[in-house]
Amino acid sequence: MSQNTGTPLNILVLVKHVPDVQFDRHLSGPGQRLDRKDSVLSELDEYAIEAALALAEARGGDKAGNTVTAMTMGPEAAANAVKKSLQMGAAAGVHICDPALAGSDAGATSLALATAIKQLGGFDVVLTGMASTDAETSLVPAQLAERLGVAQLTNLSKLEIDPGTNTVTALRVGEDGAQSVEATLPVLISVTDQANEPRYPNFRGILAAKKKKITTLTLAQLGLAEEAVGAAGSATRVLSAAPRPPRAAGQVITDSGQAGIALVDFLADAKLI
Amino acid sequence: MSNILVYIHAPAGAPTKGQRELLALAARLGQASAVLGGPADAAALASLGAAGATGFYAAAGGLDATGLIAPAVSLLEAAVRESGATAVLLPNTVEGREIAARTAVRLDAGVITDAIDVDADLTVTKPVLAGSYTVKAQVTRGPALITLKANSVELPEAAPAAGAPAPVHELELGETGPAARITATAPHTATGRPELSEARFVVAGGRGVDGDFGPVEDLADALGAAVGASRAATDAGWIDHSAQVGQTGTTVSPQLYISAGISGAIQQKAGMQTAKTIIAINKDPDAPVFEIADLGIVGDLAVVLPQAAAEIRRRKG
Repeated sequence: MSQNTGTPLNILVLVKHVPDVQFDRHLSGPGQRLDRKDSVLSELDEYAIEAALALAEARGGDKAGNTVTAMTMGPEAAANAVKKSLQMGAAAGVHICDPALAGSDAGATSLALATAIKQLGGFDVVLTGMASTDAETSLVPAQLAERLGVAQLTNLSKLEIDPGTNTVTALRVGEDGAQSVEATLPVLISVTDQANEPRYPNFRGILAAKKKKITTLTLAQLGLAEEAVGAAGSATRVLSAAPRPPRAAGQVITDSGQAGIALVDFLADAKLI
Repeated sequence: MSNILVYIHAPAGAPTKGQRELLALAARLGQASAVLGGPADAAALASLGAAGATGFYAAAGGLDATGLIAPAVSLLEAAVRESGATAVLLPNTVEGREIAARTAVRLDAGVITDAIDVDADLTVTKPVLAGSYTVKAQVTRGPALITLKANSVELPEAAPAAGAPAPVHELELGETGPAARITATAPHTATGRPELSEARFVVAGGRGVDGDFGPVEDLADALGAAVGASRAATDAGWIDHSAQVGQTGTTVSPQLYISAGISGAIQQKAGMQTAKTIIAINKDPDAPVFEIADLGIVGDLAVVLPQAAAEIRRRKG
């Protein structure tokens, strides 16, 4: 082979099964938890899966020994997020599933994920989306980097790994502007929705996914105490939740040539200008 | 009185509005000290003091500016341990959230993002699910790390700097662990307009602008507003991605949000729901955005926006 594809990479991509943002979403129950029916693979995770597959393919794909594993944590239905990842091209799946995990905040979630990642061992790259589309806190990727003791390259819109040096070079959308950033493997990477164009699962991918294995892990298998996760292990708690009072529709006018003036009158009446 | 730390990302001669809001909130909660995430000269210290900081923490020998996130985490961890702070306030930016996230792991503490208010007992108020619920939450363990959304705190009248600024406590950070390196930064192109995340007024365009943001920018400039865009508009390449408002872009909570040519599908409402006043212009009388607008105008934005901009300029003289 003339092309230098470097040593094979073990890539882990984290995915989440979240309530579809196209519908109204609800909090309920004593812990004000999110109603998780009508859930789908979080849209922002598709960019992470695509980035993982592209990194593996750039090194010669699975034929050259590169692996892409999709991992999720959540109730039984969350396995659907892993299934979709397998249909897109991931080789294997892991589902951390235990009733005691319900109500975990970002800190407890990152603890369970980090414990599983260490147990599975040997990942060169852990890839995530920029945020989940349910809680939207963006805390878990950074907390995972901290718990795994690896460098973090987050909010990337572009990335590549040099096969010779195993250095990741990337473009990051930061507060101060576009940053060129780099780190050597192993790393934690999160990508934005500008990073790529996620592929759709094709018929062959959907068929192939049926033969791929999803490993389920319980807390006991991870060696984690129930009190370390869930509401008990979380360092935050929700005290109350109130639906936002519906915004009353105001006045609607149809432009007959003076609507721009009416807009300015409205601003003046509201003392906004 | 409890110690409250405020993380100041890039101290400058004039603090940003977001930094002043953080310091004003911290001063309301206790004794406010600023953690300096970058070099601060005498003018920066004086202006942070005038904004409410009664003490400062900085990295001895300066903070490694090429390290991504990790050096700031070590600084904040050291500052919390030194001060015994009960709460740390950070900006609700990518950096602010990530620094809070990692510091919380080191301190076994809780993080609450997207705060719009914090009570004396550190109960945090925050919108969730794209603003469709308002939640009250608390940190139950360790210092409370809270990231505050811009435009959440009423600013007091600017106080004149009182004498010499407070002393700077220099902290030894030691080894900061594996960090990514920043090798270059291309600053955002200056538009002369307010920062989208901090703007009081936002004029946003969507699919209905049909490739031409001219009318949106014209009204924004007449109002002194920031320009925003829906994902459809940024995906079409009509405007830079940094203008995107909503779930995968910048979250805003301005006083006034003018939505032009945005239909108001559920995920688009995320970008405007927490605005105090919403004005919507759309050709389609059935657009969902009219269900949440304080003033809805069924019309052509290419006609209505320039007329409004000209009228504002006329009235301002």
